[in-house]
Amino acid sequence: MGSVTATVPPPISRNIILWFRTFTAIAGSGFRRYSTYRQATLAGAFTNTVFGFLRCYVLLAVAGGAGGIVAGYTPAQLATFVWVGQGLLAVVLLWGWTDLAERIRTGEVASDLLRPVHPVVSYLATDLGRAGYALVTRFVPPVLTGLLFFDFKLPDRWPTVPLFVLSVALAVVICFGCRYLVNATGYWLQDVRGPMILWTLGSGVLAGLYFPLRFLPDWILVPLWVATPFPSLLQTPLDVVIERDAWPVQSGMVALQLAWAGLILLGCRTVQRRAERRLVVQGG
Amino acid sequence: MADRTYRLGVVPAYLALLRGQARSQASYRTSFVVDLVGNVGATVFDVLTVLVLFRVTRDLGGFDRTEAMVMVGLSSAAFATADLTVGNIERVRQYVRTGLLDAVLVRPLGALPQLLLMDLPVRKAARSLFGIGVLVTALALADVSWTPGRVALAVLAPLAGVVFFGSIFVATATLSFWWIDSGEVGSAFTYGGRDFTTYPMTVYSGWFRAVFAYGLGFGFVAYYPALALLGRADPLGLPAWVGWLAPGVALLAAAGAATAWRVGVRHYRSTGS
Repeated sequence: MGSVTATVPPPISRNIILWFRTFTAIAGSGFRRYSTYRQATLAGAFTNTVFGFLRCYVLLAVAGGAGGIVAGYTPAQLATFVWVGQGLLAVVLLWGWTDLAERIRTGEVASDLLRPVHPVVSYLATDLGRAGYALVTRFVPPVLTGLLFFDFKLPDRWPTVPLFVLSVALAVVICFGCRYLVNATGYWLQDVRGPMILWTLGSGVLAGLYFPLRFLPDWILVPLWVATPFPSLLQTPLDVVIERDAWPVQSGMVALQLAWAGLILLGCRTVQRRAERRLVVQGG
Repeated sequence: MADRTYRLGVVPAYLALLRGQARSQASYRTSFVVDLVGNVGATVFDVLTVLVLFRVTRDLGGFDRTEAMVMVGLSSAAFATADLTVGNIERVRQYVRTGLLDAVLVRPLGALPQLLLMDLPVRKAARSLFGIGVLVTALALADVSWTPGRVALAVLAPLAGVVFFGSIFVATATLSFWWIDSGEVGSAFTYGGRDFTTYPMTVYSGWFRAVFAYGLGFGFVAYYPALALLGRADPLGLPAWVGWLAPGVALLAAAGAATAWRVGVRHYRSTGS
């Protein structure tokens, strides 16, 4: 009997409608799975809101100290940046995803490989479902709280809205890909704690969670934005929604995200293929 | 073996726990080094964040960089040291959920000391040293006119901060006795408290500042001691001696946390898993 793994083409003909149905079914199950963690969701939204207040006050004080506009941001833009950022944090899910690493460690990943869906695709579908749930429960509460207490910069140009939606979707995909790669080090390492810590450490600062990356000097900012996926995780969607730049730059940044999303998913596929070649599942 | 441990008293038992931890961590050397780097890195980034903010402004809430750095130093030295000594307690959440706490409670040792020794955070030591380094540098760069009183405060205030943050760690951990899935709520006060104390309190306003600074007591960790050290009047109008309240507030917090812990452990019902 020939073995069927994700890297071996499945013995069914490619049917795009069937594929799409499978994808949405997995995404739907991701949505439902996360909707069972109600208390943790409430706790997370509360914490994001507290940090929203902390960061918003600090950045407004920075703007106040600099005489109003700082690094091209008005106070209203900064407030929007902080609160939408606190909402997006759980949607892109920067931290705390160890599902794949756990399954690699326990050997359960073997059953993922037996399925007729590529593991990267199936995990991505689950993650999109999760992000959809987070959009309702984790994005809305902090943003509404922020709107209640601070002046926001609402979009003036209508194309900003669809561009923001696209940018958030791409940010979720890129962030998923990064997390997948970090988790996939588990195929080679006994303990993924190291890569996980480095990711947690780097992603917050470099994605623009602690301060808008435009506060940095250009010689750091430009290479960071072009050569790493980090700004695409938060800074780009946030700069898009507050209309920090004119529309050509705005759409250019989203195009860059698109390139990163493709590159990272390709990377995930390559890593997965190489991992499957050396994977030995222990136990019975 | 169990007999002997009992005869020798509890201290060797705690030491055995500690040794076990040291051995288990020493067996994953690379992970240990990465952990160490990660831990120091987190605090380094916190300090760098403040420096980046001062790149784009000269004034934050009425304070310049050297003054603000004294608050940053007080806050990070106190937080990192508290995290080193009692930060483990955060894990109670998982222990309650998985039922591991049952095993801890049936042993003939105190629950709190055991939980603190169930992880040996040597990796966090470097972070604490870095925090203290920031404080010493900030005090050296700031124009402090040293008096015996200020020298005493410069030593007392970080210690009080350690006790205060330690109390916050313990108090937020007890939440899980009542609310098993409390998740990240604790971080809003532990890491949130660290963020709050990092900046001059004048940047916050309204009820938010009142709750965090006076209601929860975070104002007395870094802001007021820093004002007393720098000899600056409080823009918010409190008298100069308020900086000296830090140890008192810390003891009050410790008493509150101890009570909450005792009530919590008594309230604990195993999840049965």
